[in-house]
Amino acid sequence: MLSGILLFNQKGENLIFRQFRNDCRPRLSDVFRIQVISNAQVRSPILTLGSTTFSHVKHENIYLVAITKSNANAALVFEFLYRLIALGRSYFGKFDEEAVKNNFVLIYELLDEILDFGYPQNTETDTLKMYITTEGVKSERAMEDSSRITMQATGALSWRRADVKYRKNEAFVDVIEDVNLLMSAAGTVLKEDVTGQIIMRAYLSGVPECKFGLNDRLLLDDTGLSRPNGNKNGSKATRAAAGSVTLEDCQFHQCVKLGRFDTDRTISFIPPDGEFELMRYRATENINLPFKVHVIVNEVGKTKVEYQIAVRANYGSKLFATNVVVKVPTPLNTATTQVRTSQGKAKYEPSENNIVWRIPRFTGQSEYVLSADAHLTAMTNQKAWSRPPVSLNFSLLMFTSSGLLVRYLKVFEKSNYSSVKWVRYMTRAGSYEIRF
Amino acid sequence: MMAVNRIRNVFQVPRKGETFELRSGLVSQYAHERKDAIQRTIMAMTLGKDVSALFPDVLKNIATPDLDQKKLVYLYLMNYAKSHPDLCILAVNTFVQDSEDPNPLVRALAIRTMGCIRVDKMVDYMEEPLRKTLKDESPYVRKTAAICVAKLFDLNPQLCLENGFLEQLQEMIADSNPMVVANSVTALAEIMHSAPETGALAITPAVLKKLLLALNECTEWGRITILTQLAEYRTSDLKEMEHICERVVPQFQHVNPSVVISAIKVVFAHMKGLNYEVVKTYMRKMAPPLVTLLSSAPEVQYVALRNINLLLQKQPDILSKEMRVFFCKFNDPPYVKLEKLEIMIRIANDSNVDQLLMELKEYALEVDMDFVRRAVKAIGQCAIKIESAKDKCVNVLMDLINTKVNYVVQEAIVVIKDILRKYPGYEGIIPQLCQSLDELDEPGARGSLIWIVGEYAEKINNADEILSTFIDSLEEEETQVQLQLLTAGVKLFLKKPQTQALVQKVLQTVTTKSDNPDLRDRAFIYWRLLSNDPALAKTIILADKPPITSTIKSLPPGLLEQLLSEISTLASVYHKPPETFVGHGRTGADALQKKALEEAQQNARENPIQAAAAVSGGKVTNVENLLDIDFDGGAPASASTPSNDPFGAADSAETSRVASPISGLSANPGGIQQPANNLDDLLGVFGSDGSVQQNNTGSGGSDLDILGGFGGMNLGGTTSPPPSQQGQQKPQMKNEDILGLF
Repeated sequence: MLSGILLFNQKGENLIFRQFRNDCRPRLSDVFRIQVISNAQVRSPILTLGSTTFSHVKHENIYLVAITKSNANAALVFEFLYRLIALGRSYFGKFDEEAVKNNFVLIYELLDEILDFGYPQNTETDTLKMYITTEGVKSERAMEDSSRITMQATGALSWRRADVKYRKNEAFVDVIEDVNLLMSAAGTVLKEDVTGQIIMRAYLSGVPECKFGLNDRLLLDDTGLSRPNGNKNGSKATRAAAGSVTLEDCQFHQCVKLGRFDTDRTISFIPPDGEFELMRYRATENINLPFKVHVIVNEVGKTKVEYQIAVRANYGSKLFATNVVVKVPTPLNTATTQVRTSQGKAKYEPSENNIVWRIPRFTGQSEYVLSADAHLTAMTNQKAWSRPPVSLNFSLLMFTSSGLLVRYLKVFEKSNYSSVKWVRYMTRAGSYEIRF
Repeated sequence: MMAVNRIRNVFQVPRKGETFELRSGLVSQYAHERKDAIQRTIMAMTLGKDVSALFPDVLKNIATPDLDQKKLVYLYLMNYAKSHPDLCILAVNTFVQDSEDPNPLVRALAIRTMGCIRVDKMVDYMEEPLRKTLKDESPYVRKTAAICVAKLFDLNPQLCLENGFLEQLQEMIADSNPMVVANSVTALAEIMHSAPETGALAITPAVLKKLLLALNECTEWGRITILTQLAEYRTSDLKEMEHICERVVPQFQHVNPSVVISAIKVVFAHMKGLNYEVVKTYMRKMAPPLVTLLSSAPEVQYVALRNINLLLQKQPDILSKEMRVFFCKFNDPPYVKLEKLEIMIRIANDSNVDQLLMELKEYALEVDMDFVRRAVKAIGQCAIKIESAKDKCVNVLMDLINTKVNYVVQEAIVVIKDILRKYPGYEGIIPQLCQSLDELDEPGARGSLIWIVGEYAEKINNADEILSTFIDSLEEEETQVQLQLLTAGVKLFLKKPQTQALVQKVLQTVTTKSDNPDLRDRAFIYWRLLSNDPALAKTIILADKPPITSTIKSLPPGLLEQLLSEISTLASVYHKPPETFVGHGRTGADALQKKALEEAQQNARENPIQAAAAVSGGKVTNVENLLDIDFDGGAPASASTPSNDPFGAADSAETSRVASPISGLSANPGGIQQPANNLDDLLGVFGSDGSVQQNNTGSGGSDLDILGGFGGMNLGGTTSPPPSQQGQQKPQMKNEDILGLF
């Protein structure tokens, strides 16, 4: 498996070099520096030289590199690198060159713990934080704790301690949806889908068993599982009207009993303590697009481009979206722009070749307009403008594009305490692009 | 804040006597100074400085109650044990003591580190602690000890076998703790891989049951280990296959994409034997998780896409309804975009081709040249694949030619050539093609246009004029263009005998001035044919061409099967069998010896070519040799020639590259299936694409010749040149592509 993990900064200085196998030699860091970091033309995240494979991921201003000498599991390698990033972020807040330099001892310690002989071990942040800490665990204190810690690090419930106690038992559920849209110049929807996450923060005592219910169509519809495909399509509209949602696919945190979900679609689990991502899902049917965007762009001769952009909010008038940012691409040879907006502020940002239109608060059912002219400088070679799409960013509370609702969250615990649950919904823009 | 600054200082340029300073810190009477010095030593080690001289001083700090400090000392030991094998013996005592410490973390740490100190003396002392820790009461220690057996086996297989550690590991598969099970399987699989003769890991029904049980409980990484073993397990028992699939399918819902891919691999391997209806259900269940993989990180997406590409070659209709999800986002990295294109063409069918064409046209107007070219090519592939869409495709292509963007036009012409060949009746567009004649500067496009002119000479009034403009520069053209000119000239003559002067000029020039044997020989063959029996020449040269069925490259079935069993691994990303890029028996005992030998050889190497010769004396396979040879000088990859190579000639083997087959162009040269099949197979045997041959010959030109030669020999007698042209032109593009990637 992995022969070594290397961390580099953007200049190609080796910040961390940890070998796990004998075949990972120090000079490999020079090879990577020369072949990847200082080679601008590299376009693949995987590179094999001789029989050494470098798989790299870039995060903030560092490169994370895994070295393998065998026919390794490539998906695992990348996923592991991303897990390392996640770990770094949860330990240091931000995982960049600064953080690595200031915490290199801790990073070595972490690497030693999460990889053994190049095989990934337990990478659960919460568990690791119990015995790899920034202050350093003193051996005397650790003595009594460590048996317990190691039990947890390897146990069937590796994600939860048994002795958690809260005075007030609470669970917060955040449903966060990223809505993706690709609209063609003609106004037809090429692609729309929602990728959602359900983040849970559980502050529950003991070992609670939770059951979680959504308005999942397959669950609400008793015959759903046995129904042949043809009938399903026929009843889509009626299902949507009945307030249920079709989840194309879902993924669960490892605490969820996958076998049970597979047989009867109940989501049942013993949650880790604190915050975790309970599930991810994808929906493609009956998507409610929060914004409708109308784009007209005219290239007037070779010196001017005219824009007319109207954005309409499609959600209820009591809701409002925040931080709405519309990015309108301009040609590379734009010299000056004139922008008028009915709401918010718009500014030309030459470094990104964009007119950026910010609307801090966008009330439902309203429509705002931007009109702009971009004046171009003459160029010797008139290369066609690639017309990148207009893109939107926003976040909208108490709204789900897929129509997903949390129906219940039941908590069962031996001591039978009552618990308080909170649910919050949010829809954000994933890649919300409109071509013109 | 002070501490932060102190650590930062370490990054500055070393002052003279730094080692001295560190040493005094290491032997300081104050614990915090010692710890600080150790940290700084580790830092220096990371920066690549040689701090092995401090070995005895660092070692003095090993016996400490501070776990952090202990870990640092151990880290240092692992790195430098080899430089002071004798002194390591001083550490043994601490290790043995630690392995009996009441704290399980310390016990595990000791056994984990001992396995990483690759010194013979240490190995002798490992036996006892390892035996004890394998039976430790703490699962955390047991799971660490399990991996340690694999480490020991790597160092000294003999000792491992004698002590019965393997048997002990095999028993541990029945351990009550899922993580211990997973690590035992990991260790056994590793041993099995490096020394199959040990029979370390044999999956019996009992073991299978344990694995399936542990699957639902262990960590995500443990699941991957178990799934990998399940995929490799071969059974003929239908019940067992059904059972495995049933138990693995829930893993499709795991949040970790690499678990999902591994689970798909298992189901794909075991559903083969099941009945059709069941297989269909599984395929339906597979589609949504495959699509979901596309919302993971770009690198993971790339791996997933390459694997989806493989799955589609085997089961073309799993994702036929999911065309839209593969549409490229503007911000996708180029390697993801190119791969998405490949997949979109694979799932194109009558019902979604309109969507696809709209999208492809959009892509063809973007700015990234490689991507645009692939998009244009994809339009052509669509036309060939889906007959009902041919009109629309041609229209789109003609629109693109009208944009006059140089590389778009060139690519479009190459593609139109295939369309013309497959569907008669589009000759009307030829005049428009000929208008862009002057803009063509790439041999592929020039060759294609010349072929079109020769093929449809009777319908082009000024065909001879067009050809003669090329003939004046005949000698400067690339080989593939020369070959096309030659053939086109002969065709023109056969169709319009009044152009005899032209063909004579071509034959004359080629036979007297060309030093390319392939080109010359072909000219001689034509010449003789024409002078002996023009009628016969006509039947041979103007014979019907074998029809094109598809221009989408597919892997040869044998290779595909092999790669499907390698899903999710590097082999599946490269679409190449692992032997082509992995050294053999990496961990075996004799391999270690061989490695030492190789290292010595590497030092003696003066240039990569010699290096290859030297290694071929050893047991390494030919394929590996080919990979170890440097690219020809033009490749930017090998900019570091041995003479200015900062890390010495020893690394010359590293400078050859396996191109990541982003473009997919590199997979197989034969676009046309039937005539090129033998070519496919041949390259399949090589286990690699043309780039390897390119390496071998060291010059692009001769590479073309080899393939051209194949084309000529196979086809010259019975058909006209287009197939051979395919053969010639693809490798050329391939090379460019591969070079273009870096």
